[in-house]
Formats: sequence, structure tokens, C-alpha cells
Amino acid sequence: MTMRPSGESHMVRDLPSSSVSIRDLFLEAVSALLARPSRSALTALGTVLGVGALVSTLGIAQTAGNQIITRFDELAATEVVAEGQRIGFGSGSRAAVALPWDSGDRIERLNGVVAAGTLSDVDTAGALATSVPVTDPLGSTAFDIPVVAVSPGLFGAVRAELSTGRFFDEGHDRNGDKVVVLGAAAAQRLNVTRVDNRPAIKVGEEAFVVVGILADVQREPSLLSRIIIPNGAARSRYTLAAPTEVHVETDVGASRLIAGQVPTALAPGREELVVVKAAPDPTQVRNRVEGDINALFIVLGSVSLLVGAIGIANVTLVSVLERRGEIGLRRAVGAARRHIASQFLVESTLLGALGGLIGTSAGILLIVGVSAARDWTPVLEPWLPFIAPIAGALVGLLAGVYPALKAANTEPIAALRG
Amino acid sequence: MSSPATAAAPVVELHDLGRTFEGAQPVEALRRADLSVMAGDYVSIVGPSGSGKSTLLHLLGLLDRPTKGSYLLDGIDTADLSDAQRTALRGQRIGFVFQSFHLLSHRTVVENVMLAMLYGDTPKRQRHNLAISALERVGLGHRLDFVPTLLSGGERQRVAIARAIVAGPSLLLADEPTGNLDQTTSESIMEVFEELQSEGLTVMVITHDSVVAGRARRTVEMLDGVLSEVGQ
Ligand SMILES: Nc1ncnc2c1ncn2[C@@H]1O[C@H](COP(=O)(O)OP(=O)(O)OP(=O)(O)O)[C@@H](O)[C@H]1O
Ligand SMILES: [Mg+2]
Repeated sequence: MTMRPSGESHMVRDLPSSSVSIRDLFLEAVSALLARPSRSALTALGTVLGVGALVSTLGIAQTAGNQIITRFDELAATEVVAEGQRIGFGSGSRAAVALPWDSGDRIERLNGVVAAGTLSDVDTAGALATSVPVTDPLGSTAFDIPVVAVSPGLFGAVRAELSTGRFFDEGHDRNGDKVVVLGAAAAQRLNVTRVDNRPAIKVGEEAFVVVGILADVQREPSLLSRIIIPNGAARSRYTLAAPTEVHVETDVGASRLIAGQVPTALAPGREELVVVKAAPDPTQVRNRVEGDINALFIVLGSVSLLVGAIGIANVTLVSVLERRGEIGLRRAVGAARRHIASQFLVESTLLGALGGLIGTSAGILLIVGVSAARDWTPVLEPWLPFIAPIAGALVGLLAGVYPALKAANTEPIAALRG
Repeated sequence: MSSPATAAAPVVELHDLGRTFEGAQPVEALRRADLSVMAGDYVSIVGPSGSGKSTLLHLLGLLDRPTKGSYLLDGIDTADLSDAQRTALRGQRIGFVFQSFHLLSHRTVVENVMLAMLYGDTPKRQRHNLAISALERVGLGHRLDFVPTLLSGGERQRVAIARAIVAGPSLLLADEPTGNLDQTTSESIMEVFEELQSEGLTVMVITHDSVVAGRARRTVEMLDGVLSEVGQ
């Protein structure tokens, strides 16, 4: 391939015009860059940093996002919570719709639900809880421990685990049995450590038999400091309008689907009054996280790229001034203006491409390093290692435009005089 | 070597050539020049500083355009040429030698000479061979892979001469080629010019040195922008 001027139809004689092959142009540029190796390296540094920052940013964001989706699936992606829309504010607020007491059963009928149950705050009118018999007559033995009423399905829905005893069941609920499951913290305060001797506690004047003690609750840790009684017992002894919340555990990936069906199941015809909280779609979460990280670092990377471009432009401009004699000589041996311009453009583009290449490698190394340190699986868009050096080259090309024009406009006579 | 248009036509033909530099105070650097240089001529151009010698050389070398008169190179009227055509003609038919050599310091001697063919259509391998034979003609066949910084002044100017002749020009233009060299070295450079001329090359040399000027077949003198032939 050769570069030849056009528009010479009215030539006086058949003069072959000057031309230079792309290959020669490239070789000239390479030897010019190699003539000042350390300067070339320093010039490329800005692009190295810029491209490196961009590549590692995109890569780490992707890797982290991938990590998030993996963890996310575990817990949050299978959780749905529903409650009635609140009217009013603070303690005076109330639900706009009464959730049914059989909410747990209704939801469990849906396809994709693992467990569901209701959770209700119980107003005990300030009654204190005491253990029976009184173990420490001198110490403080009455505690203000909140009481909640749940349906048996709730224990599964919030992933509660027992340290001892058992959960109460449908039978207890239906019969209104006065049984209780204690959260670990509540049990400690009431000094209940075992259930095989059928210990009892009192809430105000009401006595309950402790059937189980919770060790852990993955989704609703507040239950660990609660006294948990069945709905049946709660409704017969306290004023309880309706369940406060319905907790649902779904199959992996089904949470969005179930969330859409819950309002109809709980309040047919008044779906809009049911507020459903489901974990956002994990891919959305990942995209948002990637987006947040990307936005910041892409700005930083772009700024470094810009600085890199300015660096290349600057050094190329200095080089044009320094090499005036060379420019004059090239013109004297037949180089046209555009040949001079092309050479400086190729030089700056090569510098940019070199910076891009090194930056890409450095960025990938960083991603792999961070991933190894965090025990993550490195993830990278396959096109990134190819696009990034091209971006560097483009930066170099743009940075070279002004110096190249300057070089092309150098007057050969003045340049040769120096 | 590219052949002249016809055997009889002069290589250089100037008619009433003039160059005025515009400005607040216009400078008539070249007032009128009438000159005919035949193929194989050896012309020295002498004259005091500021008399317009370099101005004339730049016009002859197509690095500058005259403001009046005409210049025919190998019978081609250069006034009709576009910039691109003048550039091409310059590359193909004119060789330059400068006082300050203008060698690329980070390129080898051969590469420096090959540069003169970079913008022509000589194939790469041929360029290398041509460069070597040009260097052998100026007696530098043993310095091919040196870089200019390792060469003496005389050797550097020989490299520049080899570069000027490698593309087979019609006309060799030299502006003070011995200006940076001592007496003996100057003489050896003049010998190179004489040898090239005896092989048929047309040579025009600007010089301050009367010894150098005396060795040329013809001498023209510039005085305040006016050119005249000496001792004919
Ligand atoms: N670009 C220019 N603009 C204005 N004046 C110029 C320009 N170039 C040359 N001149 C003037 O033209 C005159 C001739 O200059 P030129 O360089 O041809 O002299 P010269 O004979 O080569 O001198 P020297 O022997 O010192 O090299 C000088 O007076 C110079 O100042
Ligand atoms: Mg001069």
C-alpha cells in the first residue's frame, strides 16, 4: 500500500509523485521511538495508568458483581415479606388491610414456596415475664420481654434453629395450648436452660410451658430476644386484630414470582393494600453494584487517559520542535507535508497503543491479584483485552493530531537553516 | 540516474529570476539571475554574506518559489508545478548537501543514506544495495553500520554526499559543504565533488573559500542579489 496525492490530472509532465509505504512509515516511527527509549516509556506511562485503571475497574467490578450474585442466591433471593399498608404515623399507625390468620397456609399453597408463617406483635399491656419457680428471690426476676405470636410455619420461613426442645405445631395452635418458644437471649434472662423438665414462665398472670429454645434465626434475629407463642393462645388471651407480617421462604429464584402472587393470596381484590418486600432481582443488584463501582472508576480512568493524551501530545510537540532539522531534511529528500504529518501521527499512535497494551496487562494482573486475595473467581469481558489497547492507540492518534499538523507546516528552509 | 529531458537541454535554466521577501521592509534577496548550467557542469557560487547565495540555492532546490522570472529544471518549467509535484521533483532530481550535515544521529550510516529513497518508488532491497554503492563511491564502504556520532566531520559530510547522490539526481546542490571542516578535510570533500562531476553529475557549490571556489570549472558571483559569471 502506498500513499499518493490525488488531483494531479493536469500534470505538466508525467512526474511520478512522492510516496511512502505504510510499512516504511511504521518502521521510521519505530526507530524514532527507539532512539529515545526512556522518553518513549515515560510518555506512554499516562496511557498505561489510564487504560490500566479502566481495565482493572471493569474487571474488578465484574468479578465483584459475580461474587455478589453467588452470595445473594444463598439467603436474600429466597425471602419475601408481606405486610398491610400502614395508615398514619408512628405508634398511632395501623394496617389498612387485615391480613388473614391463615396467611401461612394460603401462601404455602403457592408453587415455589418452601415455608410461610405469620408474625404478630402482642400487646401484653406492660405485663412482665417471670420464670416459674422463682429461682433467685433476691435478684430481679421480672423482665420486660416483648411477646410475639406466630404461626408454626414461621419458624421455617425465617430459618430458625433450635438449641433444645421443639417448635410448637399446628395442634398447639389449633387447641390454643399455652406453650412458648424462647429466643436464646430471652431464655437466658429468664434463666431457662433446658426444656426436658417442662419449665414454665409467666407473662403477667398467664403461665406458659416452654417447649423449645432458639439458637439462631437467620432472617429475623430480633426473635432471639422474644417470647414466642402460638397464634391460637395469643388470640384467646390478648386483643390481636390481625397478623403484622407474613414471612415467606421460596425456592431459589422464585422470590420475584411469589412476591407478585402474595397480594392476591392474602387480600384478593385489595391487592394494592398489601406491601410486599422481596429481594431485588440479583442480576439487578449486580448491575447496580457494577454500575456504582464503574461510574467512579471510569471517571478516574478517563481522567488518567486524558492526562495520558496530554502527555503524549506534549512530548510529541517537543519532539517536533527538536527534530526540525530532520523534518527539513525529509522534505528536501521528497517527503510531502502529509508524509511528515503521518509519521508523527504513527509515532504518537504507537506510543498510545504501547501504553494501552501495558496498561491492559497490568489491569488484568491486578484483577487476578485481587481475586486471588479475596478468593474470588476472576471474571472479565472477553473483548476487553482487545478493545483496551485499541483505545490506547486512539488516544495516541488524537493526541498526535496537533503536533503532526505543526510538523507538516514546518517550513523546510527555516528548518534546514538550524 | 534519471536522464535529462534531452541531451542538449540545460539542467538549470534561469531567466530574470528574482525573489523578494515581503514584510515591513521588503528584501530583494535575488534581483535578476540569468544562468544556464549544462549537464556535467561544476559551478561554484561565491559572494559576501547576505548577498543572496542561499536564496538562489533554495530556489534551485525547489524549496522556495521565485517572485519573478522563470526556472527550468531539466527543461521542465517549475512555475507550472503544484506543491506535490515540486516535492516529487525535488526528491527525484535534486540532491542537497548542507553545512551542518543533517544526519539522523540514531540511525546508521546506511540508513541515513537510504532515507533519500524513502519517498520514492525504489524497492526496499534495492535501496540497501544502492546506499552501499553510493557510500563506496564516497569512500565510506567500511563505515556502513556506524552511527554518525562516531564519525569525523569529513566522514559525516561524505555520508551526506552519498545520501545526496544515491537517488541519481540531475543536480547536486551544496551550501557551504566545507564550512564546518578544516583545510585538509575540505580538500578531500572537494575531491569527492570533482570525482562525481567527472562521472557526469551536475554540481553547484556555494562557498566562502576561494580555494574551494577555484577548483570549480565555472564560478558565479552574487553581489547584493545580482548574479554574474566570473572570468569567462
Ligand atoms: N525569509 C526571509 N525573510 C526576509 N529576509 C530574508 C529571508 N531569508 C533571507 N533573507 C534576506 O535575504 C538576504 C540574502 O540572504 P541569504 O541567506 O541568501 O544570504 P547568503 O548569501 O546565503 O549569506 P551567507 O553567506 O551569510 O549564508 C539577506 O539579507 C537575508 O537577510
Ligand atoms: Mg547562506
